[in-house]
Amino acid sequence: MVPRRHNSAELRMANDTAAIEVENLVRRFGDVEALSHVSVTIRPGEFFSLLGPSGCGKTTLLRIIGGLDIPDEGVIRIGGVDASEIPAHKRPVNTVFQSYALFPHLTVYDNIAFGLRMKKVSKPDIADRVKKVMDLVEIAVLASRKPSQLSGGQKQRVALARAIVNEPQVLLLDEPLGALDLKLRKQLQVELLNLQRRLGITFIYVTHDQEEALVMSDRIAVMCTGKIEQMGESESLYERPRTRYVSQFLGSCNLIDATVKRRGQNDAVVDSPVGELHVDFGKQPTETSKRDKFTLAIRPEKVTLTPPTEAQGENRIKVRVEQLIYVGSETHYILRAGPQTLSAEAMNVKVGSQGFDIGQEAVACLPAGGLLVLDD
Amino acid sequence: MPKNSKDEVKFGESLTMRKQLVRSALTSGPGIGWVMVFLLLPLIFILVLSFMTRGEYGGQELPLTGENYKRFLGFGFFGFDMLYPQIIVRSLLLGAGTTLLCMVAGTPLAFFIGAMPQRYRNMALTLVLIPFWTNLLIRTYAWEILFAPESWLTRVFALLGFVPLGQPLYPSAFAIYVGMVCDYLPFLVLPLYASVEKIDWSIAEAAMDLGADGRRVFWHAVLPQVVPGLVAGIIFVLIPATGQFVIPDLLGGAKTVMLGNAIQQQFLQSRDWPFGSAITVFGMGAVMLGLWIYARIAGEKGGDIL
Repeated sequence: MVPRRHNSAELRMANDTAAIEVENLVRRFGDVEALSHVSVTIRPGEFFSLLGPSGCGKTTLLRIIGGLDIPDEGVIRIGGVDASEIPAHKRPVNTVFQSYALFPHLTVYDNIAFGLRMKKVSKPDIADRVKKVMDLVEIAVLASRKPSQLSGGQKQRVALARAIVNEPQVLLLDEPLGALDLKLRKQLQVELLNLQRRLGITFIYVTHDQEEALVMSDRIAVMCTGKIEQMGESESLYERPRTRYVSQFLGSCNLIDATVKRRGQNDAVVDSPVGELHVDFGKQPTETSKRDKFTLAIRPEKVTLTPPTEAQGENRIKVRVEQLIYVGSETHYILRAGPQTLSAEAMNVKVGSQGFDIGQEAVACLPAGGLLVLDD
Repeated sequence: MPKNSKDEVKFGESLTMRKQLVRSALTSGPGIGWVMVFLLLPLIFILVLSFMTRGEYGGQELPLTGENYKRFLGFGFFGFDMLYPQIIVRSLLLGAGTTLLCMVAGTPLAFFIGAMPQRYRNMALTLVLIPFWTNLLIRTYAWEILFAPESWLTRVFALLGFVPLGQPLYPSAFAIYVGMVCDYLPFLVLPLYASVEKIDWSIAEAAMDLGADGRRVFWHAVLPQVVPGLVAGIIFVLIPATGQFVIPDLLGGAKTVMLGNAIQQQFLQSRDWPFGSAITVFGMGAVMLGLWIYARIAGEKGGDIL
């Protein structure tokens, strides 16, 4: 059972001091700015994800927080305390590495106990804490094995146990599930989430898998070439992307160029390659919506298809089904409306045939509230 | 594939047992033959020889005996004789001392090369190897020249008070060890470097992340990863250094008898080939013991270093 997300009110009330605060962070490698004036505040007890493709800077940011890399400019605070001068081995954070980085010459037990031994914790205390953590991630039977004798999933759990046994303030996870097969990944996603809820530790999770981020996170920061493009709770990020990049990275989006014809209080009628559309700006129109031209985005699952006979109502466009992709529980349609291509997704709710074939004419409905104005 | 006696080749050939044997004989045969004739047979010869008795004028006679081994281990004609056991210990000490010094000098060197940018590494390794291009005797004579009383090095040492002015720096233990280390250093550095090159630095980062400072990161995360290369290097130095007698002779004044000297003596001056063979077999036994130990310590991981 997947625990529900923390809502922002809960997190804000839990603790006033931010778990991690990063201000104006810059990191250059030669001429390239891997991180370009990045600022973010992560709240205690939060499951925070850094999402983006390879090279966007998410791992660099994680490493800087962990102390494994030093920024060229900017400040980093851990629990309110300036950590810029504190070396990695003294920071109250621990990392779960993408390649696990288990000590190959030590047993599972010794791997997990390593951090405690560095802190000179007493032997009985070590035994007690290691045992508890091994039970928590269900690897107690593996205690005397060496890493070379473990499977990928098992190594993952050992890496996790090795980090959390030290009771860090913040746990940093660098694409920990990347090397695992799909089923195992999904299983571990839920387990990690449950673990985070149980322990209450702040998790900072780096991933390029948007589905993973959506499932697990309280908040996500979508990154692109060294900057945070958009940050927010999963739902608001998905339902209200502000840029083309975010709209295409989290799921996919139809993009339609629009020119304003008539403007209302909180809505407008626009001209577009698919015809006239009515756009509802919601409760608050953005800066971009005040312009004369902008790009509209609408999620494919919001586009509904009906037979041509039901062509009444606003924002209904005549389309032809160009392609049909059967994905099991859903059918994805590629539609053509004049010069514009649209994609629509529908759940296969009907028993038997789902209704539309390639080459068929249909009517697509683009609900006014689903048409989002992008900032770029 | 149909076994076509007409040998119509389509995609590959049919391989019969006979063809396979012929091919193996032609490709491996010369190599095996060489090893047999020039290595295995002489070794067996020496082994048999070691159990024979010395003839009156230097040949070997039949009564097979274990006398040679007993004598080597100290139980000689006149009671317990420390002579040969001393030789063994002396040689082992030289070998061990050389190994230790090579480790002290070679480990930082291997890591230093490992820290170099890729394009300079090959050059550095070549520099380490260059001594091999020169004959051992010539290199050792060069040290003699450098250690002579008039050389600049000796004068600096004299100024610093290590030797009285006008006296050479050899023959001495110092000179012997300098010569030995310079000769055997590459044997340690190269296999060690092979391990250093393969170090997984993310493990060092993990150790840092878990609270280990610089020194402890090295001890717990880096050093364990180079153990196979280190052990290989140690074996590659210890075993030849134990048998080395030319350098101690040239730089040490040839006054002490090492294992190598003893073997040389028995075969040349004393013409006691059986006894010389016994010493040789003993030396080889020590090498095999060392290799066996290496195989146990380094296990499968170390296998690729050799």
